Parts: sequence; C-alpha cells; structure tokens
Amino acid sequence: MAALSRPSDHYDSRPQTPGVLQPKLGLTGWLRWFWRQLTSMRTALFLLLMLAIAAIPGSLVPQRSSDPNGVTQYFADNPDLAPALDQLQAFDVYTSAWFSAIYLLLFISLIGCVIPRTKHHFLALRAKPPTTPARLSRLAGFTERDAPAEADAAAAITYARTLLKSSGYRVARFEAEGESSVSAERGYLRETGNLIFHGALVGVLITVGFGGGYGFSGQRVLVEGQTFVNTLLAYDSFNPGRFFDDGTLDPYTLSLDDFAVAYEQLNLQAYGQPIDFTADVTVTPKGAEAEPSAVKVNGPLRTNGTSIYLLGNGYAPTIQVTAPDGTVVFSDSVPFLPQDANLTSLGIVKVPDGLAEQLGMIGFFYPTQDKAQSGANFSSYPDLEYPLLTLNVYTGDLGLDDGVPTSVYALVTDDLTRQTGGTTGVDSIELKPGESTELPNDLGTVSFIDNDPAASAAGDFKQSVPRFASFDIHHDPTQIWLISFSALVLFGLFTGLLVPRRRVWVKATTRADGTVHLEYAGLARGDDPALKIAVTALADRHLKLLKFHQPIAATPEST
Amino acid sequence: MNLTDSALLNSYSLYALYSAMAVYALAFIAFAIDLARRSSAVGVIEAAHLVEQDAAASAGAAPPAGGTLTLKRPVLSRISARMDNDAALPYGRSSSLRVGVSLTVLAWALHLAATVMRGFAADRVPWANMYEFAMTGTLLIMTVFLLVLVRSDLRFLGTFVTGLVLVLLGIAALQFYVEVAPLPPALQSAWLVIHVFVASLGTGMFALGFALSTVQLLQSRRENHVLEGVVSPRGAIASALRLRFLATLPSSATLENLSYRINIVGFILWTFTLMAGSIWAEQAWGRYWGWDTKEVWTFIIWVIYAGYIHARATRGWRGSRSAWLSIIGFSAVMFNFGIVNVFFKGLHAYSGL
Ligand code: HEM
Repeated sequence: MAALSRPSDHYDSRPQTPGVLQPKLGLTGWLRWFWRQLTSMRTALFLLLMLAIAAIPGSLVPQRSSDPNGVTQYFADNPDLAPALDQLQAFDVYTSAWFSAIYLLLFISLIGCVIPRTKHHFLALRAKPPTTPARLSRLAGFTERDAPAEADAAAAITYARTLLKSSGYRVARFEAEGESSVSAERGYLRETGNLIFHGALVGVLITVGFGGGYGFSGQRVLVEGQTFVNTLLAYDSFNPGRFFDDGTLDPYTLSLDDFAVAYEQLNLQAYGQPIDFTADVTVTPKGAEAEPSAVKVNGPLRTNGTSIYLLGNGYAPTIQVTAPDGTVVFSDSVPFLPQDANLTSLGIVKVPDGLAEQLGMIGFFYPTQDKAQSGANFSSYPDLEYPLLTLNVYTGDLGLDDGVPTSVYALVTDDLTRQTGGTTGVDSIELKPGESTELPNDLGTVSFIDNDPAASAAGDFKQSVPRFASFDIHHDPTQIWLISFSALVLFGLFTGLLVPRRRVWVKATTRADGTVHLEYAGLARGDDPALKIAVTALADRHLKLLKFHQPIAATPEST
Repeated sequence: MNLTDSALLNSYSLYALYSAMAVYALAFIAFAIDLARRSSAVGVIEAAHLVEQDAAASAGAAPPAGGTLTLKRPVLSRISARMDNDAALPYGRSSSLRVGVSLTVLAWALHLAATVMRGFAADRVPWANMYEFAMTGTLLIMTVFLLVLVRSDLRFLGTFVTGLVLVLLGIAALQFYVEVAPLPPALQSAWLVIHVFVASLGTGMFALGFALSTVQLLQSRRENHVLEGVVSPRGAIASALRLRFLATLPSSATLENLSYRINIVGFILWTFTLMAGSIWAEQAWGRYWGWDTKEVWTFIIWVIYAGYIHARATRGWRGSRSAWLSIIGFSAVMFNFGIVNVFFKGLHAYSGL
C-alpha cells in the first residue's frame, strides 16, 4: 500500500527502520535530519501545545495592544514585578519574540509538511487504485457470498465495478488465473480537504500579518451638527499601516446630523439601561450627491472604501466665555467623557486668549442631577431629565505655548491657581442650560448655552444639550482575503475530517465445481466509522444486482 | 409584551427550571444506581468465572474458553450498528437505565420550556447573560447527548451528563441569576445568535468527548489489569473491584474512536464559533481580532483540540495520551466559561453577569 507521504511518525506511515541515516551525516545530512525533525508530526504536536501554553500569559497580564490603561495600572500596582515582566515582553505577548518564534516554526513545519504531501496527492489523484491483496479475509468488514448459480466471475466483477463507479469510487480491474477482482478507492477529497485546510491556515496567517499594513484606522469625535472631511488633518488620531499612502485618502465628508438614544424606562430592573444608539449621518462622496445614512453600534457604515464604527457617545455641553468688555472669547460644544452608566461626564475647557489671565475649567456634567446625602452631585439617569453643569475654575499658565502637545481631555493643574471649589471658599459654578454667571476675579462671564430654550422653559430638557459620537474609521483592503481563506479553512475541515477515504475490493473466484465465490473487504484511510457497514451494504447490493440481471453476457472490458 | 406578562412568564420559567433540576437529580440517581448494578452484576459473573476456573484447575484441565458463556447470557442491551459491542462482559436490560433516560427526557422538556419562556419574557434569544447562557448551554449539552443516544448507546454516560448539567444549572440559578433586561446595543446582533448558539453546541460535543475520554482512561487501566490478570486472575479482579461496571462498557479502543468522532464535530463547530466571533467583533468593535481575554481563551481551546486531533494521528500519542488532551481541552472550555467570564477583565465583560 502506497504511503501517503505523511510525516514518518504519522501513525499510518510505515515505521522507519533505524540505520537509514548514514553514520557520517555531513552538513546536508544534518540539515536533512533537522528538516525531517521539524516537519514531523511530533514536532507539530509539540509546537501546537507550546502555542496554547504561550498564549495563556496574555490573558493573565494586561496587554498594551488591547488594554493600555490596564498596563499603566499594573505598573503602578506592581512597581517591582512589572519591569521584570516587561523584560520578558509579558505586556506584548502576541508580538513577543518567543510567541512569534513558536508560531513561525509551526508554520514552517506546516509548509514543509504540506508541500511534499500536495505533490504526492497530485500523483495519487491520477494513479490507479492498488492491486487487490491476495488475502482479503484479513481486512476490515470482510464478507463472503455465493454468487447466483448461473453467474460467472468476470460478469460478477463487471457489475461490481459499475456499482462502485456509480458510488464515486475510482476503480481498477485485475484478472488472474480463475479469479477476477476490482480494486476501488474513494474519498480523495479527504486528503484534498486536509491540504486545503493547512494551506488556508497559511493564507490566514499571511493576511493577518500583512493585512494591517495596507490600511489605516483613525478616530474622530463629532458633535451633532459637525462635519468631518476624510483627510489626514481632520482625524483626532490616525494610525496608518506600514504600506499605506496618505495621498490615497478619499476626501468624502461625513456629518453627524442627529444622535438618537433610547433608554429603558418601563422595566425597573433595567431602568436607564441603553436600548439603542443611532448616529444619523450624511455622507457626501467627492463630487456626488449627499446620502443620508446611519451608524449603529453593531452596524458599521461601509462607504467610500472605509468602514465607520460607532464606538462611543456622550454629551457636549455648549459653553461660552465672554470677556468683561462683551467679546466672546470661547464658544464651543465641548465633548465630556462619560464616567459612569448614568453618564456623569467629565470635560475640560481651556481659554488661552482674550482674558486677563489664561483660564482653565474642569467641568462635570450630570444629565439628571441628584444629590447624595453627603451633598455630592451625581447623575441618576443617563438621559436629559434635569441637566446640571458644574465648573471649577483655574487661572495661570495653561502650558499651551511650550510646544509640548497636551491632551484636550486633561488639565494639568500643578502650576495653576484654583479659584473655585475645594479650599478656596468660593463655591463651584453650577449652571443649568440657559444660565450664565460671573467668573471669579472679574475675569468675565461663563454661560451654559441651551440648544432648545423654548422646550426647556416648558420643562423638557431633552434637546437642551448636544450629544457627540466618537467614530472609528477603518480601511482594510485585505478583509476580503481573510474571509475567503477562512471559508477555505472551514471547507477543508469539513471534508478533511468527515469525508471517509476508503479502499474496497471485490474478488470473484471460480470454484472447481463452477460456482462463483465472492469476497468483499475494505480498508480505512483515516477515521472511518462506517467502513464495515459500507462493505456489507456493497455486498448486499451487488448480490441483488446479480440476481436481478442474470443470466448476463460477460462483457469483458478494461478500466 | 407588557411588563407584568413578562415578569409572570419569567417566574414560570424559573419554576420550570427548578423542576427540571429536580428531575435531573432523580435521573442522576437512576443512572448512578445503574452503574452500581453493573458493578454487582460484574461481581456475580466474575465470581462464577473464578469458581469455574478453580474447578477446572483442580480437575487439572485448562479453564474453559469464555467461561462467562456457561452462564445464562442476559439479553444484549441495544447498541446501534455504529458502535462495536465489544464490552468485556454482556450486560442486560436495566430498568434503572430506562428510568434514567425517561427522567432525563422529561427534565429536558422542562428545561426547554424554561429556556423558551425566558426568551419570550425577554423578547429575544435567551442567551445574553451568564444566567441565560448557562441555561441554554446546558440545554444544548443535554440535547446533543439525547440525540447521540439515538445513534449510539452512550447511556452509561448518563451519570456524568446529568451531573454536569445539574451542577452548572445550580451555579447559574444561585450565582448568576439576573432579572429580565433588554439587550444593550452592543449585543444587538444576529451574530450573537449564531456565535453563542454554535459555541454552546460545540461545548455539548466537547463535554461528551471529555466524558468518553475519561471512561477510556479508566477502561484502559482496567484492560491493563486484566492483561496482567492472565497471570493472577484474583489480583486483577481485586484491583478492578472499585470500578467493576467498566467491564460492561465498550473497550477503550471503541471509546477512543467515539470520543474522537464527537470531538471532531465539536472542533468544526468551535472553528466556526471563532470565525463568527471575529466577524461580530469586526462589526461591533471595528477589529476582528484583538487578543481580548475571551478571544485568547477561545484560541487556546481551538489549539488544544487541534493538538488532540494531531495526537490521534501521531505514533506514540494515540490512546491514553490523546485522551488527556481531550480532557484538558474540555477543562479549558469550562475554565473559559466559568472563570474567564467572571474573573478576567476584558471587552466581553459587559455581557457577563
Ligand atoms: C497551525 C498549525 C496547525 C494546525 C492548527 C493544524 C490543525 C489540523 C487539523 C484541525 C487537522 C485535522 C483536519 C483535517 O484532517 O483536515 C490536522 C490534520 C493533520 N495535520 Fe495539521 N495542523 C497544523 C500544523 C500541521 C503541521 C506542522 C503538520 C506536519 C507536521 C501537520 C500535519 C497534519 C497531518 C498529517 C494531518 C492528518 C491527520 C490524520 O491523518 O488524521 N499539521 N491538522
């Protein structure tokens, strides 16, 4: 029986006789020996198990790629341990040298294993099934029958051949002294599937490895009413892949028209839980008509070669600061970052110019303000029922002119003078939509602009504060490849694991008295639960056919 | 559906679930009694065997081949043509086995009703939090078990399967119970339905594969004892005393093949789970793979079972060694469900408790 060109330690391969290797190996000898080790089943198994084990630490220790804040926290909590772990690349497990080494070796082994098998399989696909073994009785599902009285051996085998062929077997006929037989094999798809599976895995690895390089991902926060043009400068942050050319950005525009939210109000067990977020947007491709569209949490918008995901949202109170002489020095809807499920939100206002001193404010926004017994404000519901904005005022050098980039979401207060709240003796500023108040030190006035004053006057604050949505915008031209390779992986698995590959033989021997003795047997190539049943069923059908059709004329034919 | 109806339906669902657990407990007892009976039946047969051998030895003759044949052979239990009936000792119809299966089917029906009512009460698929996921997951484990029973007589696994489901349901009802709540936007996806459902089906397969591999290990230990027992039958029987019922179960080779067939179906389902999860992650989070803790463990499980399949094809690793990989694989599945969901930080956390 021809070997399948599997690794020599595959259970179905013939054991290697020791001493095959020459005692004097030499360089090529050693290389060949090493290659054979690397492409052996045992090495593949070992590397697979190593891969499973090596993946574990990444779930125990926060990873920079998925949880950068967690890493920072880990360093703060474990100042001694963390640097040591960092040396071992424990915070970048999946790009670490050791993890990469394992999967690269595994894939080299895989390729080295698959190529010879593919070559061999190609030949096997065109080869004839092997000669019928002399003793069928030792094989699986062996069954004997007596042919009907008038049948002759050659005709019986002709029928068997037709029967097997129609069930998808490749057949070969053999004639010997007083004995006719057919050898049949089916299930080449099993090996094909296995090879496709392993090959497609390589495809997945390569696509994942290089795919990111051809795309980009960027983030942008939009307040209701704002518009974004898909150009490099318009992004809040932008991460191009290694091979991505910024010049290829397609300058379409995206406007956030409205951000609709729905919160659970009936079910008290889940009161205030979000039910729906929908960003109603307008997309205008360059030189084309504007199209209204929507982005939802599980429903990215695919447009102009990019995918737009809705990843966050919150409130962007409109805040205005006026100098004592009445000039407006600051007026903007400032995105406040949500801090809890009821959207208590934290935001920063920086006014570098136009006032006697530079002004910084740390604000809290409560969409539905409530007071705890301690007197602290909190939000008791995420929607705008009773909105309140509180501001703490700082003056001094905001540090914006030092040329060091600063975050718009953080205010470094070390060099600033606190003017309200805390120990200053001055109350923090508290504003409802539409209200204004004097800033300390006669700096000017701050106002919380109401977006819908008429409704608010009637007690409905729902539209009083604009909302913002944060979008991730991605471009990944290789995703289609990934999907295709994954489909091949699944296809290969189905066929490679579930299609039975088997050989079946039917032999007809003419006895001395002229009657014909029929033998049937099979051989599994890989796991084949139904082999015995298949052989028995074949024998039954064959006999039925013989009984039905006799007497028949012998039609000798070649394969 | 209005809220009072929903609350009412949810309370019916709870009643049904607790009833199902009670009936599963009874089924567990019936299956356990069956194992005990198997053991004592084996005891009787083997004792008779010994007496014969002693008699033969004292008569100076070789022991009769197949001493058990001289006993009245009980009617064979129903074993489908797909499974070799190669148990060392035949074992007759058992009333407690039939009671066990009937009770399991009854409990399964209650379990199904509980799950369906929970789904209607919430007005969505009943697998959006740990409690519901445990309820649906165990329902699918049980469904897989009952469906496999139609093809192969694996009723001897009844103690394990009812026991496992009972423990998981108990933890779910006591630790993870939450009131009906609407789906948060992040979970409103057709992929939730597909991904979680297929993952549960795969888990059901892996559970059976695990059980079969465990029995396989015990069985091969027994077979080794019996082999040694050629020298001293008394010693072998004595050492095998504790799990004598094993003699009525299929040989370790048959168990290994069964376990393999069930595990490869589980592996295909798991591969699909992994892919469906990536597609969903791409839609929800904008990246298909980010090594989130849950993703890591799904990957680890996938690799362990790939290793298991390879081990089965590697000389020197078939048999007990590959069985250990099947056991480790299912342990990782349980770890992923029970520990990672609850104690590990990650993006999947909000879908947790
Ligand atoms: C990323 C690494 C690998 C994975 C995930 C993997 C996974 C699998 C799976 C799932 C199967 C069963 C599916 C089928 O038969 O179609 C399989 C079979 C097989 N693999 Fe791999 N494999 C990997 C690497 C390798 C390597 C490096 C080799 C060569 C040494 C190899 C050789 C084989 C062989 C010979 C079979 C057939 C087993 C049999 O006869 O049942 N694989 N592999």
